[in-house]
Amino acid sequence: MSDWLSPEEWQAVALSLRVSLVATVLSLPLGILAAVALARWTFPGKAVLNLLVHLPLILPPVVTGYLLLLTFGRMGPVGGLLHDWFGITLAFRWTGAALAAAVMAFPLMVRAIRLAVEAVDPKLEEAASTLGASRFMVFLTVTLPLILPGVIAGAILAFAKAMGEFGATITFVANIPGETQTLPSAIYAFLQEPGGDASAFRLVVISIVLAMAALVLSEWLARRVAVRGGDR
Amino acid sequence: MSLSLRIDHRFPGFHLDLGFTAPPGLTCLFGRSGSGKTTVINAVAGLLRPDHAEILLDGVALQHLPPHRRRVGYVFQDARLFPHMTVERNLTYAARVRRRQADGFDRIVDLLGIGALLSRRPATLSGGEKQRVAIGRALLSDPQLLLMDEPLAALDEARKTEVLPYIEALRDQTGLPILYVSHSLPEVARLATTIAVIEGGRLAAFGPAADLLSDPAKAPLLGLRDAGAILTARIAAHEADGLTRLDTVGGPVWLPRCAGAPGQSVRIRITAQDVILSRNRPEGLSALNILRATVTELLEGQGPGTLVRLDLGGQHILARVTRRSALALDLAPGAAVHAILKSVAVSQGDVGTLGGPTQG
Repeated sequence: MSDWLSPEEWQAVALSLRVSLVATVLSLPLGILAAVALARWTFPGKAVLNLLVHLPLILPPVVTGYLLLLTFGRMGPVGGLLHDWFGITLAFRWTGAALAAAVMAFPLMVRAIRLAVEAVDPKLEEAASTLGASRFMVFLTVTLPLILPGVIAGAILAFAKAMGEFGATITFVANIPGETQTLPSAIYAFLQEPGGDASAFRLVVISIVLAMAALVLSEWLARRVAVRGGDR
Repeated sequence: MSLSLRIDHRFPGFHLDLGFTAPPGLTCLFGRSGSGKTTVINAVAGLLRPDHAEILLDGVALQHLPPHRRRVGYVFQDARLFPHMTVERNLTYAARVRRRQADGFDRIVDLLGIGALLSRRPATLSGGEKQRVAIGRALLSDPQLLLMDEPLAALDEARKTEVLPYIEALRDQTGLPILYVSHSLPEVARLATTIAVIEGGRLAAFGPAADLLSDPAKAPLLGLRDAGAILTARIAAHEADGLTRLDTVGGPVWLPRCAGAPGQSVRIRITAQDVILSRNRPEGLSALNILRATVTELLEGQGPGTLVRLDLGGQHILARVTRRSALALDLAPGAAVHAILKSVAVSQGDVGTLGGPTQG
């Protein structure tokens, strides 16, 4: 693989995988929480939460990236605090790329998990509570195992989306080789260079293979959820 | 163990307001769909928070506790087994979430006859098997009270016949108080120690099953067509010609051979329309079962029928005759008659919990 890819190309692939993995793993607990909240709970501000979760799906990615820069940049309200208190910088760093990818992928992740949560019969959760399980134990022993295929499907979708994220990423963290140059950014950069077509093409093939593998895997898992919902 | 409750709850267009104290044994909440029966047991389980409630189990107030701290076993109409667990893991679920041993696992698996199902998944079980596992799961949560919401309603007749003896065994062997929701009178007559009739969110009648079922005034509430009383009887002997002789307070009754050893108590149900009355000892009849009785009460219905309450010597049965026959036979309280039983249903007994010969 390293013979076939130049170091620069390999760097972009490795960075993309790292960024997407970190983005998916760290946003997963929050995604499950948001999905359960939207599917099951009633609370003031639910409509606002729903809107916020879905906003990255409908806003132009460049706008999302710019909003991230305003909020999490060194001068931004959150970015300033993170830098002063914890020494964490997000803007123009790979961690910022992970944040941008996580935000952009979040709606897809939440949608997939929410569908799984809605397919769980609340009567099973009631039954568990009469058997002595607290709300947390009910979630851990009944809800979570039943939505697991949906959670995996949501995570895979989010990972695929993160691999392909471009607009918000390039706006928030720019296109710095080795630091923030992910697969799409690298393809874009190679296409700007004379003679970069071959590199761009190799990365395009890798992107397509990864995306298709993710789609097939998530479709398969979604079908398993449907089957389990049916024979209950 | 006694359960005492008072519940007041308003839904849009419906007001549930009732209370009672259930003695030990199985208390049937009987009523039409929508009368509020399930609301009552959901309130006891904590799945519904009523506007006002006082629920005392052995003097301990439950109403402020969350469901998982009430120690109330609940058997739902639709078993609600966890589809992602085997039967065994369903059964031990309560013990596992409480990090305890599943006490009495073998005994309860035996009682319910589910030993062969332990490694199966709920999706592969029949309706009757599911319901037995659901009962086992509720029992293994070490409950102080068992709630059953029409556990047989979703089953066909054969499956009902399969599950009923297990519920009778629970009532007679575990000493656990049971609240049992049903809208089927034959089921209530077979199982209940105490009956609570619920109508439109109110308690319409409440009392020992034997008293309520033999009270002509309550028959319209319970359903005239199915009206019928219950008696306790003892198996006296299995006779050579294939009949079993049962001793009742009113004398011997012969039935096609029924299960059980001589000496065992059984509950028999005699529906009012299966009783024929005669002033003289009838001769030359094919009916085997003729009991001497005294008329204690007559109640004329809306139509041409009259319900007659008969004292057999401490226990009571009902007979349904036409008003014309009642006049022709000159039936009045105190009249001596012979009750000819056309048909008698037997079920497993309920030793010592059925209302004794107290009412006159």
